[in-house]
Amino acid sequence: MDKKNVMRIETEDKHDISQQKHASLNVQSGRKEEAPSHRQLAGPPAIIIFISLLVACTLLSFTLGRYPVALKELLAILGNKIFGLFKNSEKFWTDQMEAAVWNVRLPRVILSVLVGACLSAAGASYQGVFQNPMASPDILGASAGAGFGAALAIFLDFKHVNITLCAFAMSLLTVALVFRISRYVKGGKVLGLVLAGIMVSSLFNAGTSFLKLVADPNNKLPQITYWLMGSLAGAKWSDIRFVVFPMLAGLIPLLLLRWRLNVITMGDEEAKAMGVDAGRIRIAVIISATLVTASAVSVSGVIGWVGLVIPHMMRRIVGSSYRWLMPVSMLGGGIFLLMVDNISRNVTTAGIPIGILTAFVGAPFFLLLITGRGERY
Amino acid sequence: MSLEVKQLSFAYDKRTVLNNMSFTAHSREVLSILGPNGVGKSTLFKCILGLLPPYSGNITVNGLDASGLSVRELAKQIAYVPQRSEPVFNFSVNEIVLMGTTNELKLFSSPGKTAQAKVDRALQRLGISELSHRCFHHTSGGERQLVMIARALVQDASILLLDEPTANLDRRNQLLVLEQIKSLAKEGYTVVQTTHDPEHSYMFSDKILTMKDGTLLSYGSPKEILNKETMKSLYEVDMEVSSLFDDRARFCVPVSVISDKN
Repeated sequence: MDKKNVMRIETEDKHDISQQKHASLNVQSGRKEEAPSHRQLAGPPAIIIFISLLVACTLLSFTLGRYPVALKELLAILGNKIFGLFKNSEKFWTDQMEAAVWNVRLPRVILSVLVGACLSAAGASYQGVFQNPMASPDILGASAGAGFGAALAIFLDFKHVNITLCAFAMSLLTVALVFRISRYVKGGKVLGLVLAGIMVSSLFNAGTSFLKLVADPNNKLPQITYWLMGSLAGAKWSDIRFVVFPMLAGLIPLLLLRWRLNVITMGDEEAKAMGVDAGRIRIAVIISATLVTASAVSVSGVIGWVGLVIPHMMRRIVGSSYRWLMPVSMLGGGIFLLMVDNISRNVTTAGIPIGILTAFVGAPFFLLLITGRGERY
Repeated sequence: MSLEVKQLSFAYDKRTVLNNMSFTAHSREVLSILGPNGVGKSTLFKCILGLLPPYSGNITVNGLDASGLSVRELAKQIAYVPQRSEPVFNFSVNEIVLMGTTNELKLFSSPGKTAQAKVDRALQRLGISELSHRCFHHTSGGERQLVMIARALVQDASILLLDEPTANLDRRNQLLVLEQIKSLAKEGYTVVQTTHDPEHSYMFSDKILTMKDGTLLSYGSPKEILNKETMKSLYEVDMEVSSLFDDRARFCVPVSVISDKN
């Protein structure tokens, strides 16, 4: 390099430096026009809206059905049952109405809201802990295990509550087995869990298929098939008593740990560097999510799509932060399943199994979500 | 206030990655770590952050033995800025920075007003306040790096570890990030960064450490380190190092480029 060249470069450099300094001062200018900020609902109003929606849908659900019940009669019946507002002589409704509302519709409404909330919360949780937007509540084999447990119970001629119990126990056992096996999978722990879940699920699904093959085609096979399709028909108070505690025991920790869940979606190393023990939080979330999934599946059968579609729909509304996503997913899941169940029991007299309907509604809706404009996941 | 590493050795199974490393990073200084790919820079960071199984040797953070600290206690002393952070879900910038405040929250709580105020201050400090409600996925590379630095700042730790903070950035953004890093050190932070850019580390650091094959090659002021001999032994490339602007900058050129044979 000759001296002239160096000189020229130096003067250019000086010029550049002064420009750069200038540039660094207003570096953000010129980017403003393209700022696509979130067009979302803030968390607290979203929660209030969803609670109001849930109340409205619940009241609506009571009035739908073969025995039409007006809102006034409905409120009177509920008020009387809970608070004893009316004397016998004051009753202006029929006993038939009371039975329809209290013994048939109420448990079914409560159960569909609970199951919807559980599946949706479990889906959102698994998506977070596995950092995988495609995770659903059955990712660790909870559904496959419950299905096998129920099929086995029906095959062995168990009665109603025992079928539920058997499904619940098998579901938890399956996930425990998945955990055990995942320890021996080579590679990452999270990947190991998912792979073991897929493998054990297909094993139990094969077991269920075998039971269907050998089951009595006149009464047991239809019963097994019907259970596997998922249905809330015939919901009883005994079902609710059975699942409400495990469901709450799972839903409450999921609500409480929702901020930590946010942090562990950034990956274990970043989470630990921020002071969050990612491993322990993950286990706590997985156990809670599994508990609510097993409870839901054991009373309702296998209902797909809720756990996948609802959290994604809610991300569109309140954003990705679990601070709001978790409660709103629970409410949204409850509303969704309640409304789908209303369709299920009112469109045909026989009642279409709800699992079929959620797939009919869920799959196209999910396609719409992933192909439509807006956020990528 | 400092980060002290003494005779640190670490091996994955039987493969030695770090071998008897000793150095100190001081408060109010930027320490840049130079080294070819795969010499153990990331492993060194992971050891300091307590992400790896037991190592031999000592790491002392602000006078405390790091191996005796819990994840939570360590995060109070050291904050980490990863090279690339690709959140799976589309958080807003505000939520991402809020995550840095998690350490002082109770297990079951979400950040409140104090945390939000701290986040606003950090964003302001780095000049990115208007990004607050932007989706993280819609920010540029330079903005992302500043967001990650903001997240480290709200953690209230006095030691900052930055993994190649200027990789994948254009010139202007590199300068922007480096100037911020330098001014953070001036404010009292202990800053340790890895980099592949000797020229930048000369201009923006107080100390340079070079490492190769898991061992410390040289450690000293930029003027001591940035010369032909060190660069040659570090990268195994013949380099000419020329001094510019009264030695305020130095420039490394591979000899093969400027030799007459070309």
